[in-house]
Amino acid sequence: MLFHVPILSLLIWIPILGGFGALLAGRDDNAHRARIVAVVTSLICMALCVPLYLNFDSNTFAMQFVENVPWITEYNIRYYLGVDGISMPMVILTTFTSMIVVLAALRAIKTNVSQYMAAFLVMQGLMIGVFAALDSVLFYVFWEGMLIPMYLCIGVWGGPNRTYASIKFFLYTFLGSVLMLVALLYLHNLSGSFAILDYYPLKLNITQQVLIFFAFFMAFAVKIPMWPVHTWLPDAHTEAPAGGSVVLAALMLKMGVYGFLRFSMPITPDASQALDWLMIGLSLFAIVYIGLVAIGQTDMKRLIAYSSIAHMGFATLGCYMVYKIVETTGNMQDAYMSLEGSMVQMISHAFSTGALFFGIGVLYDRMHTRMIKDYGGVANKMPMFAAFTMLFAMANVGLPGTSGFVGEFMILLSSFRASFWITFFAATTLILSAAYTLWMFKRVFFGEVANDNVAKLKEIEGTEILVLSILAFTVLFLGVYPEPLLQVLHASVGHLLTISHQTKLV
Amino acid sequence: MDGNSIHNISMIIVFAPLVGAIIAGFFGKKLGPRMSHQVTIFLMTIAFVLAMYLAKLVFMDGQTYNGTIYTWGVSGSFQFNVGFLIDRLSTMMMLCVTFVSLAVHVYSIGYMHGDPGYQRFFAYISLFTFAMLMLVSANNFFQLFFGWEGVGLVSYLLIGFWFRRDNANFGSLKAFLVNRVGDFGFILGISAILNYFGSVDYQAVFDQVPQFAASNPTLSIIPGLHWSVITVICILLFIGAMGKSAQMPLHVWLPESMEGPTPISALIHAATMVTAGVFMVSRMSPLFELSQNALSLVLIIGSAGALFTGLIAIVQTDIKRVVAYSTLSQLGYMMAGLGASAFSAGLFHLFTHACFKALLFLGAGSVIIGMHHEQDMRKMGNLRKYMPITYVCFLIGALALSAIPPFAGYYSKDAIIEAVHASTIPGATIAYWCVLLGAFVTALYTFRAFFWTFHTQERMSDKVRAHLKESPWVVWAPLVALAIPSIFLGMILVGPMLYGKPPLLGDAIYVAPQYNVLAEMAKEYHGPWSMAFHSVMTLPFWLAVSGVFVAWLAYCGMPSLPEMFASRLRWAHATLTYKFGFDDFNQFFFVRGCRRIAGWCYRVGDQMIVDGFFVNGSGRVVQWVSRVSRHLQSGYLYHYAFAMILGLVVFLSWLVLG
Repeated sequence: MLFHVPILSLLIWIPILGGFGALLAGRDDNAHRARIVAVVTSLICMALCVPLYLNFDSNTFAMQFVENVPWITEYNIRYYLGVDGISMPMVILTTFTSMIVVLAALRAIKTNVSQYMAAFLVMQGLMIGVFAALDSVLFYVFWEGMLIPMYLCIGVWGGPNRTYASIKFFLYTFLGSVLMLVALLYLHNLSGSFAILDYYPLKLNITQQVLIFFAFFMAFAVKIPMWPVHTWLPDAHTEAPAGGSVVLAALMLKMGVYGFLRFSMPITPDASQALDWLMIGLSLFAIVYIGLVAIGQTDMKRLIAYSSIAHMGFATLGCYMVYKIVETTGNMQDAYMSLEGSMVQMISHAFSTGALFFGIGVLYDRMHTRMIKDYGGVANKMPMFAAFTMLFAMANVGLPGTSGFVGEFMILLSSFRASFWITFFAATTLILSAAYTLWMFKRVFFGEVANDNVAKLKEIEGTEILVLSILAFTVLFLGVYPEPLLQVLHASVGHLLTISHQTKLV
Repeated sequence: MDGNSIHNISMIIVFAPLVGAIIAGFFGKKLGPRMSHQVTIFLMTIAFVLAMYLAKLVFMDGQTYNGTIYTWGVSGSFQFNVGFLIDRLSTMMMLCVTFVSLAVHVYSIGYMHGDPGYQRFFAYISLFTFAMLMLVSANNFFQLFFGWEGVGLVSYLLIGFWFRRDNANFGSLKAFLVNRVGDFGFILGISAILNYFGSVDYQAVFDQVPQFAASNPTLSIIPGLHWSVITVICILLFIGAMGKSAQMPLHVWLPESMEGPTPISALIHAATMVTAGVFMVSRMSPLFELSQNALSLVLIIGSAGALFTGLIAIVQTDIKRVVAYSTLSQLGYMMAGLGASAFSAGLFHLFTHACFKALLFLGAGSVIIGMHHEQDMRKMGNLRKYMPITYVCFLIGALALSAIPPFAGYYSKDAIIEAVHASTIPGATIAYWCVLLGAFVTALYTFRAFFWTFHTQERMSDKVRAHLKESPWVVWAPLVALAIPSIFLGMILVGPMLYGKPPLLGDAIYVAPQYNVLAEMAKEYHGPWSMAFHSVMTLPFWLAVSGVFVAWLAYCGMPSLPEMFASRLRWAHATLTYKFGFDDFNQFFFVRGCRRIAGWCYRVGDQMIVDGFFVNGSGRVVQWVSRVSRHLQSGYLYHYAFAMILGLVVFLSWLVLG
């Protein structure tokens, strides 16, 4: 084990330093310098993920690559990092997605290049911090810190309605997390420590648990987002630049689910169990209702944003269904697939939706419109791009052989143990996702060339092909062989299931 | 030979088409059209030859194989593998798929000649063959579902192959969505199987069937009602089969799929993919045999489809649509056979149908090439003069389809009708009348199309007539290749397949003793020729012959007849031209209804209530509060002084008075 090399710290601070480095490159006449710095930084980080994965011991649920040094001694706040099977894949995912975003920006971003690169690199470091932090104050700092670059990203490089969207994004997520801060401070008072792992064994009565649960719920439900606190997402997505949308969809939404897994379920197991009906209900509502809403969209980005919400409904369903499954069968083994499915769903959603947002960015670069009705017959002009997008659309639809299938399949199959009706409503996604995705695809890509602007479209080239190829490979690989990912999850998921079922009532 | 070599052979059979698809798909531009089709056809030939060798191993040497290729994923106590189950059923299917696919590959050289998407087309059909082979060779539900969705994807891509045409795009989307409705049931069924059997491997499931039959557990989906688990599982799986195999009421996508190139209609929408449902139900025979209710449902849906979709074919004017509706009808026959527990008869019809229906489609395609992509029979006529080979082949296909002895379709269809007759499960009587009348209807629409296209006077324009000639050999050679089994396959297979001891499919099929109708029929069976001669004493034969005769009368004898029928029986004609209203109902109820609900959810739910009221509403409340409270901070000293004095007065009076 490479304990002596602080990989996690490197993964957090290299991008942040790289970000400032890019900023130093200066104005757009020096754009290539910023680009080089950004690419080199993200490639280094990606390379660091290799030892992270290879040296990860998937037989234990214990935290690995731990770094634990005092930070603010007066309050016993520590710089405490570590990853387990649940956060390690998320760290790699973050690095990967950021690399994709940087590569995509090489061509797409022509103004304020250094600032753009800086924003994303800093954001990358902060997001890895969120997944790696084991001290709740450190976690909170990263959690709120990452809002700033994203806020800037939407506010500066966004579309026409960017002010409304960026403020809505900021206020929504910020207000949610304030309650989480209260809960964290309360837990600190009880335990005398800020370490998240120290919160796990705390004894709490049901009132305490329910209050803490809702405080966390506000923070995480907004992030995911769950119905009815979801309306910031379509606005943020539509106005954000392509890279911003990719990061939002691929990473920021996942933090909500990650929060449920890291905080809500282990810290408030009894409240989670008592309120699982609420979570399952909201998840199913997201799948069915949001799926329907997506059908009616006329804006491509908004449509994919809604489809994200519906897909995240699957992730939360997979998390909270475990209580129902264990209740019905009494066997913890049966619940693994549900929770692991939800992890896979998060990761695969990052690839497929990220790719779709990137694809819309490619079109937006050329046409400067997101409205479906302005397109038609794009496949005539951009056949290779159409083929790529078809693959990602199919991943969005959950076709076997693509990554999108794996999570949905695992969750659907395990849901029957919980209740027939959960499977029934969750499975409607088979029809709904196909309806909204393929109908959009048909209107944008198929048919005769719709207008002169479409006729002038140029086929994708250079880095665009590179980015799409990398994503396509990942989507297919995970779909055909998800075992390398699942293997990493088992031990930690098992541990999480155990502690989420140990009652904490005194 | 050990199991290992079967494993390796199957690997090559299944993955060779995938390699072809990848080569033609990614490097098609560089290779050019000629190399692309050579590569894919070469690899398909390998697959077909090896499939024949595999058939030798399985049928002659009696080997079977059940093994894993790799572990896809493990989670908790569940394991998902990719693996092969090579037994008599899957070998038969593999042989059928590779044979028809090879014929269609060759045929496409001629049919797709000069198309800008030529390489893409070959990549698709090879990819399709791969997915279909994965489907039939699977040893578990997970891989079955992979193949199931894979063929659905390629079907979607191929129906929309000419993506500039709006009809094609509409058809492909419709096909995908309707199939997904079926898959909805299918995945529920697979979930239920995993839940109750703890595994998705066929063998593990079938091993537990006896215990299951003994305990017959129930589940309660609607509180208070207890349903047999087996029945629920079977019905859910059958919903999947209804989607893929286009059973009523999920049949609506198949006619629309005719927007794709004709070779596709032959390969995917007649011979192979649409029979996946029939294959799956047969594969699950150990489960279906435990549930009489499920069998009844299969029987009734199948036989009703056999009759009613056949009726629609009578009024079609597009030659491909006639064949398409006839496919629907024949799929109904197959399902009816399965419902009557005559799984072997249903599968027998699947194989013969694969040959003669592919033949009919490819024949229709040959006509369409000759007519310069005109599909309307009203503009054809007397084509036998120009296209003799196509004429003869089409005639063979039509005779086989109409179940005229001794052509292939006769043996398989007659077996189904007899089996339904012999069946005793609820609904069998109605089903029998449906399939019986269906025999007349089949012959009528088939020969109507035949006479109208190849006989009668010439109705095409002079320009088209000037270029009318027989299609090139790459087109007619596959026709001949398919015509041979369309004649002989029935008489060769009828004995071993239905009445063999042990039957050809061996223990791949399970039939419960109380439903074993084929055993009853075996007592009457004395060889293929005697069966053919004996047919003149049976009702289905005379119904078929009278169907042919009526068709001749209406189109060659008295051409005024169809007009007269259409005007006298206007309501019946209208019902058929509107296809019993399924399309309009779906369009109105599901498509428009769904869009309306979607719009309503977005406008009222999201924009008005959540965003308008709560989110922006809280913003407005804050604005309002600040607008009001802003007046407190006017900046004028005397305002503040006044407020202080007022406060002082209130405070003092409270102290004094209180």
